Amino acid sequence: MTTLNLNATPQAGAQQRPAPLLSVSGLSKRYRSRDPLAVENVSFSLGNGEILALLGPSGCGKSTTLRMIAGFEHPEAGDIVLRGKSILDQPPQQRRIGIVFQDYALFPHMSLGHNVAFAMRHLPKAKRAARAREWLDMVGLADLAERMPDELSGGQQQRVALARTLAAEPQLVLLDEPFSNLDAALRESTRKEVRQLFKAAGTSVILVTHDQAEALSFADQVGVMHAGKLIQVDRPERVYQHPATAFVAEFLGHTNLLDGDADGEIAQTALGPVAITPASRGPVRVSLRPEHLALATAPDGHGATVVEREFRGHDCFYLLEQHGQRFCAITPSHTLWQIGEQVSLEPQRTATVLQY
Amino acid sequence: MSHSAELASPAARRALPKGRARRVPLHILLPSLVAAAAMLVPLFYLGLRAFEADPQTLANLVLRQRNLDLLLNTLSLAAGVVALTTLIALPLAWLVVRTDIRFKRLLTVLGVIPLAVPGYVMAYALIGLGGNYGVLAQLTGVQLPRIDGYVGALLALSLYTFPYLFLNLRATLAGLDGNLEESARSLGYGNREVFLKIILPHLAPSLMAGWLVITLYVLGDFGAVALMRYEAFSYAIYTQYSGAFDRIYAAWLSIMLLAVAASFVMLDSLVVKRKLARVGTGVARPVKPMRLGRLRWLVYPYLALIFGASVGLPALILGYWLVLAPPDLSFFARVPGTFLRSAGAALPAAMLAAAFALPIAYLTVRYRSTAATLIERSAYIGYAIPPLTLALAMVFFSLRTAPFLYQTLTLLIVTWAMASLALALGPIRNALLQTRPNMEEASHSLGHGPLSTFLWVIFPRLRRGILAGIALVFVLCMKELPITFLLAPTGYTTLAVTVFTRTSEGMLAEAAPFAAAIVVFSSLSVGFLLTKEGKR
Repeated sequence: MTTLNLNATPQAGAQQRPAPLLSVSGLSKRYRSRDPLAVENVSFSLGNGEILALLGPSGCGKSTTLRMIAGFEHPEAGDIVLRGKSILDQPPQQRRIGIVFQDYALFPHMSLGHNVAFAMRHLPKAKRAARAREWLDMVGLADLAERMPDELSGGQQQRVALARTLAAEPQLVLLDEPFSNLDAALRESTRKEVRQLFKAAGTSVILVTHDQAEALSFADQVGVMHAGKLIQVDRPERVYQHPATAFVAEFLGHTNLLDGDADGEIAQTALGPVAITPASRGPVRVSLRPEHLALATAPDGHGATVVEREFRGHDCFYLLEQHGQRFCAITPSHTLWQIGEQVSLEPQRTATVLQY
Repeated sequence: MSHSAELASPAARRALPKGRARRVPLHILLPSLVAAAAMLVPLFYLGLRAFEADPQTLANLVLRQRNLDLLLNTLSLAAGVVALTTLIALPLAWLVVRTDIRFKRLLTVLGVIPLAVPGYVMAYALIGLGGNYGVLAQLTGVQLPRIDGYVGALLALSLYTFPYLFLNLRATLAGLDGNLEESARSLGYGNREVFLKIILPHLAPSLMAGWLVITLYVLGDFGAVALMRYEAFSYAIYTQYSGAFDRIYAAWLSIMLLAVAASFVMLDSLVVKRKLARVGTGVARPVKPMRLGRLRWLVYPYLALIFGASVGLPALILGYWLVLAPPDLSFFARVPGTFLRSAGAALPAAMLAAAFALPIAYLTVRYRSTAATLIERSAYIGYAIPPLTLALAMVFFSLRTAPFLYQTLTLLIVTWAMASLALALGPIRNALLQTRPNMEEASHSLGHGPLSTFLWVIFPRLRRGILAGIALVFVLCMKELPITFLLAPTGYTTLAVTVFTRTSEGMLAEAAPFAAAIVVFSSLSVGFLLTKEGKR
């Protein structure tokens, strides 16, 4: 059973939240009876106009969770409630949940205009073409309405897929790795544009991705999944700074995992006494981000050796070794150390106690 | 969104009944079941007939040395035809789809035209070519040994069945994503390796479908085999029916042939298991055609040989009969009426077959289950049963249970559709295999139900496959003989029946106008369907 980070946000109970748009509880799925659960007891909720990213390595069950919400797969157990009503009995076409696939799934035999108009079952036929043009205009492709999908670049196909999904006026939009097929330069700008678009329209979105930078920058809430379980859901900055487990800490970026002995808000570790949160007692494992370690010139013989250095412009990434243990640090690039130099490691922030 | 994940209480979990998600829509399930049920009718009759005999007679009938000889003859013929048709169809499909060869349209049409040449015409053309008094000897003085027996049957059957394989391979090659090959090439694989490791595996389902159809054709054909005097099962059944009137032995021969056919069908189902839908991204891009370069000096003689034999030879023989030794003009005047009778039954049969093949293909590709596989396999029953047996079974069925159908056009059309459903299935199934399931998911998520999705998303994607299926069935029915012979209403003489009766009486010249009509009109219809297929 997953243990969740229930007490990490003291202010959560204080504010009165409106009823969630979507609430998923105890969702489990197994593809074949002998297989382990692909999704195990996943629960979360999504407010109106919120963007949630489900983040995890491939095979962690995030896409399966998405497909169950869309209605393409049926859960073995659990419930999916949209606007207060369970939608498990509804086929996908009645759920009014839009999805943008990783490969966009544009209909190759329809022009862009037709692809978008196909989504407008709620409108009379005569109005669809004009509306389709408006949606295409919104993604900047109004001139291409007569084109066929195979005449477009990947970025354009992606925008058409988005316009088509929005044209159905869904209550919730699901994105299945929608940016992974775009080149890096396009990905960042597209991500920003799409986020602005969703925020302006107040669209509720669930995004599935394995890219932590994408999840952190795109979403209001990040849920980290591992081996079918949803390990932690929280605001991006909290998931990053206060990971619940070692897996979350390492999946979201570089980190130092330190074993220590806690006594209240201080733990004795390989780096000496380190401030920790929450207060604990006994043996603990804590996570300390590399940018929370400062380097200083070491008094002779005492300190860590610089093993590797990666100069990254605005900052510098170091790999260090002390008493046979490795650490990483990121410091501003105005002061640089050479490989082989002796430095001392000084924790600057509170380390987070991990559950496992 | 709560700031922490909520734990589900055990009460929040709900057990769900299994299988609900995969319920097959009625518009798919119902026609599939109807088709499968119809296929059982002739089997039932066959069994009824076969077990009329007492056990002693039965043992005598079944345990004969002759049956083993027939089996070996039949198998070696089928193997030969499969090998030869592959040697013809595979390079041809490759040339037409993947190279910069000129006149692709013409080559494609030429590659399909042999479908319009009745097997018995092909056999007669081969027989008529060689020998002392053969057309070749008459025209040039060069004498060819008489072509008959195994070689004759092999050539006659291969030359008119290779288009089945060609059409299948061509459709698959044209639908293949060029990126696959390009990525293989970028991994350092040469032309030969790309073909063996990338293209061939993707062609495997089409090859298997084509081989199965051709094998079943060989097992069931009696016209060409009879004319070549090659002792195969079908020929034995034919002589048993027409000569000896021993219907119980004929029924047993049919059951043995059916067992052979059934094992091929089962073999096919064991092999075609892999998924070959595109897993890539975006929309498939067509591959850049390969430059032939010097290879063309090998390609042109090869094409000349294939088309010379499959199209040129029947044209030469028919031309000889029509121009150099023509029959009375009155025979030509009777052609249009006869033609209308053939087409009037063949077209509805073709559309009926495609209409039932579509839901069956959909069922087997999208709702894979043991039941779905059984239904699909049952579609091959009508094709696997020798046409004579099928026709007799349907006569018996109509006499016993549906007398209002006896001697009606409806029964002929339904039986033709049953006999050819498998033909329509191949191209439709392959087109479906290349349509990714998330096309349907996208449509569902946009609010479209199963029917609407089928009509607007799936059907247009399958149009190529459906047209190919209709073309195959139409051409088959236009020249179909044994079923027409037994089931056509009295006086409803089709082109095929006319050709057969005349030629079997040695009236080759008098048969020529009707044979030519079959060849010309079937070719035109194939050409027409191919032109339509070219458009999006």
